[in-house]
Amino acid sequence: MKLNGEERAMRAGEFGPLRQWAIEHQIKVGDYLGADDFVPVNQAHIMADTESLGAAGVEWLERWAALPEPQRQVRIPTITDPRGTDFAAAARLKQQPWMLDLERRAITAFEGLGVLMTNTCINYQTIMPPVRGEHCAYGDTGVVIYSNSVCGARSNFEGGPSALSAGLTGRTPRYGYHLDHRRQATLVVEVASTPRDLCEWGALGGIVGRIAGDYWQVPLLVGIERTPNSDEMKHFGAALASFGSVALFHMAGITPEAMHIEDIAPSGCTLPSHAVDESMMHAFRARYAADVGATDVVVFSAPQLSLLEMRDLAGMLDGRRTTIPLLAITSPQVKPDADRMGFTARIEAAGGTVLSGMCFYQSYAREMAEANGWRRLATNSAKLTNILGGYGYIPALLSMEECVRVACAGGKRGR
Amino acid sequence: MSELIFYAAAGMGRKVRARALVASDGFSARYDLDRIRGVFSRPDHKLAGQSYGGKALVLDAAKGGVATAWMLYEMTARAVMPAALVLNRVNPIMVQGAALADFTMISGFDRDITKAIPNGAEVEIDPAAERPFIRVL
Repeated sequence: MKLNGEERAMRAGEFGPLRQWAIEHQIKVGDYLGADDFVPVNQAHIMADTESLGAAGVEWLERWAALPEPQRQVRIPTITDPRGTDFAAAARLKQQPWMLDLERRAITAFEGLGVLMTNTCINYQTIMPPVRGEHCAYGDTGVVIYSNSVCGARSNFEGGPSALSAGLTGRTPRYGYHLDHRRQATLVVEVASTPRDLCEWGALGGIVGRIAGDYWQVPLLVGIERTPNSDEMKHFGAALASFGSVALFHMAGITPEAMHIEDIAPSGCTLPSHAVDESMMHAFRARYAADVGATDVVVFSAPQLSLLEMRDLAGMLDGRRTTIPLLAITSPQVKPDADRMGFTARIEAAGGTVLSGMCFYQSYAREMAEANGWRRLATNSAKLTNILGGYGYIPALLSMEECVRVACAGGKRGR
Repeated sequence: MSELIFYAAAGMGRKVRARALVASDGFSARYDLDRIRGVFSRPDHKLAGQSYGGKALVLDAAKGGVATAWMLYEMTARAVMPAALVLNRVNPIMVQGAALADFTMISGFDRDITKAIPNGAEVEIDPAAERPFIRVL
């Protein structure tokens, strides 16, 4: 990679050992992935729940956080993805003291590095959405795909170490979705039936993700009959990124880089084409629909709920009573508004639990399952269904309304 | 018999020898593994139930989210990890994770590497060679 004077100075250790490690790490990554040079970034977003970090990762952070302040502070706004707990509700979730201790240590280390503990995977809805053409270093696949596709920003998947590096150096290797030619469509998906609710948007994302199959594919969707709202894009993108490891999609006539198809799929270039119809959506959902009546827990999470999702959930629960645990997980930015507008109280009056600043699958999901006897889980998040199989759950993908019905109909306890 | 050697587009980490665990399936540390027990835990993964400790994993593509970037380091610290990853296609997360953990990984072949390497074969992987390669011993 070509380095400028400042980058060479960082590499030589003139800005301290942490920035030296950071730029070396970035050069390794950039060399592997064919980057010619660095691109300055305006924001970084770090995924670093302690289930992923483990004790080794937390100790690694603590070593850097012990450096003198000028050597350890990030130099661009750097924020965090959800944490592994909501401390206020950890006992109810039966999370163990060692998990909370690890979380506290990680938070202290990040604060020492100058990282803002926003603890959210919906920063594009709540903190500072990126603008078209803005280069960023975002962690969380859902954040990346939304920012790239809906906002027209430019980011690769930046795992925790790389997002932290970008925060420290203010730049990232220029490869992948920082480059114009990588943002061209590589396949076309003709959608015959526009999804109607968040669950269906997630299902469509899952189907397209399976078709696309890897990070370097950029699907162009045609046939979407209306402009999806931000929550619909959120669920679609999160599922597409989860099932396909995809970081960018286009929707013809809807997303900013696809207003003119020839901009992203030049005429004369023939792209592989696939069709998705309603029967495929049904089949996808049927795969996650076994024995819903035996559900142990209902979870709304992945991504965290927006204020409007909180409102909708509160409305569906009014006058009802859950008989199995129902968890509604939102961001620390949405939670105060949900409190102030009474949504939290209405959800909890019906027996639900509102959690903030965490995400279900990033919160020791396997240990929570064992401690609480949870195995069958219902959710409206296609992304969550994709992840939780490996954690020992049998997930069901239902609409928000169906999830509420299951939560109030008894589930396992009511049989 | 001609030597079975396959060259990769890119590599990082150290030269290793290990037994190959091969499947035409993806890889994500979060989605696919029980990292405490050291087994593939995702029920519909083609290696479900199999132990990956000390094996050279030969798989199709990097999948899933960003957690693998930390998890490879965490697995390495506990010494319950594969010996190497050999992938047809990587995503940036695998590269970032391998870079942090100083983990052996090569990727990018002129054929489907999951079809080329016999499951259970003893292999040598040299990511630092001028042309990174995997060789069946």
